[in-house]
Amino acid sequence: MSLELRELYQEVILDHNRRPRNRGKLEEPTGFAEGHNPLCGDNIKVYLHTNEGRVAEVSFEGSGCAISTASASLMTEAIKGKTLEEVEAVFREFQSMVTATGEAEEHPDLGDLEVFGGVREYPVRIKCATLPWHTLKAALQGEEEKVSTE
Amino acid sequence: MKTLTKKILDIDAVRADFPILATRVNGHPLVYLDNGASSQKPTAVIDATDVYWKETNANVHRGVHHLSQKATQQFDKARESVRVFLNARSSKEVIFTAGCTAGINLVAQSWGRASLKPGDEILISTMEHHSNIVPWQLIAEQTGASVKVIPITDAGEIELDVYEALLSGKTKMVGLVHVSNSLGTINPVKQMIESAHRVGAKVLIDGAQAAPHMRVDVQDLDADFYSVSCHKMYAPTGVGVLYGKQALLEAMPPYQGGGDMIHTVSFERTTYAELPYKFEAGTPNIAGVVGLGATIEYLAHLGDQLLDAPEGDLATRLDACFGWIHQRESELTAYGTAALGEVSGLKITGTAANKAGILAFTLDCAHPHDIGTVLDNEGIAVRTGHHCCMPLMRRLGVPATTRASLGLYNTKQEIDRLVSGVRRVKEMFE
Repeated sequence: MSLELRELYQEVILDHNRRPRNRGKLEEPTGFAEGHNPLCGDNIKVYLHTNEGRVAEVSFEGSGCAISTASASLMTEAIKGKTLEEVEAVFREFQSMVTATGEAEEHPDLGDLEVFGGVREYPVRIKCATLPWHTLKAALQGEEEKVSTE
Repeated sequence: MKTLTKKILDIDAVRADFPILATRVNGHPLVYLDNGASSQKPTAVIDATDVYWKETNANVHRGVHHLSQKATQQFDKARESVRVFLNARSSKEVIFTAGCTAGINLVAQSWGRASLKPGDEILISTMEHHSNIVPWQLIAEQTGASVKVIPITDAGEIELDVYEALLSGKTKMVGLVHVSNSLGTINPVKQMIESAHRVGAKVLIDGAQAAPHMRVDVQDLDADFYSVSCHKMYAPTGVGVLYGKQALLEAMPPYQGGGDMIHTVSFERTTYAELPYKFEAGTPNIAGVVGLGATIEYLAHLGDQLLDAPEGDLATRLDACFGWIHQRESELTAYGTAALGEVSGLKITGTAANKAGILAFTLDCAHPHDIGTVLDNEGIAVRTGHHCCMPLMRRLGVPATTRASLGLYNTKQEIDRLVSGVRRVKEMFE
């Protein structure tokens, strides 16, 4: 197996794919959105409870590849308890990490999310990693329209 | 008359005809199993287009100069080869298009606009590619006709009794895929065409996945229209062929207007060119068509090596070639089905009794996209996703599948590499 492939499918990602955290539906969510990647058929629903500008509860449902499933799972862990501004900042840094060209940089602020750094070597898989985040953003903004990566 | 002997082609020599097969991908020899999406091209075809650009390039059907005449001659010769390839009655029934999709849109719009009215029905099957769904939805919307769907079984075969029951005097068109790109199912189109004709309906066959694998005989099928994608049958991209029965094509209005498709033009009245030019507005893909001619010649050349008397006519040579292709691909499909079937947690998608060259599957522990990425890492090219068949995926209850699609140059060793790649995926994701 090549180094790039090992970087892409790190053990943390494989583990979150096998046992996704915060998977399921939230009753009476304050925010909800659906995301879809027509290229690979990935579908995701994000449920939110926000309270005084903070993410109190977050969960997801859907079917997708290992990258999108693990990304959704790790995303829910990363944003729970954070303010909306903090969530926005994490999303921005996450996106800049997976779309970066050139030398890999350290992203200590991202914590566990740094395991997605290997995605940048696989341009067609970037959308898999970012779909949960775009869907989360739509849920936060209360957008009705289904999010699409295309 | 068939003079096919039991001779077998040297597969290494055949593979050497396709230079890209020697490529290494991610440090491994390429295993190309994405022929359903696009096949590779033999040197004979690459060279023919190259020589065309270097020695012949000029526009067809209009110049009196040397190059234009030479280009026109090669272009017309290719049309005659295609006529034999599909066994059309006349080369007037062979229309060059941009691809299989373009051919279906031509029929849907030109035939559909003139023939469909509110209350009319268009029948298509659950296993159609989007290219044989959407053009019909568009024309149905424009004319007030409706689209009805023929169901399939879990194995991926058309429910023929339901099909028969759906046919009625209201049925004006049946759009059917000859070989399913997602399942490999070979549909009993001859029988289905006969049934459609009994109620007065016309039939368009999407032959994109049939033409590379079997000898197509439009007269024997009695198809009204038959659309082919040439880049899936070892020819260049950007060329398709639409066959249509001459009487139908003559009655149809032009699809696109422009140069080459007219007889005379004035601002008061324009008269149209004869078939097939009426449906070939604008400068065609001349290099692509010349390449297609070279492809048919290449396939015939493979046939020569299987025949006792290599001087046979083109039809006989193609019969021999496709006899070999069919036998070879059937054996490989059976071999691959058995080998993949031994992988626990793997489910073959499409288990029809009559299949051509497709090994599609799902794996319980891994998503097709992950499978595709891991296989690519080992130099194995497969297609993953919904294969432009979203309604079929919904019917099968899967978001996507992984598809290995065979070409004439694939080998058992390559199937073995696919299977060990799939086992590696299992080790990673389980």
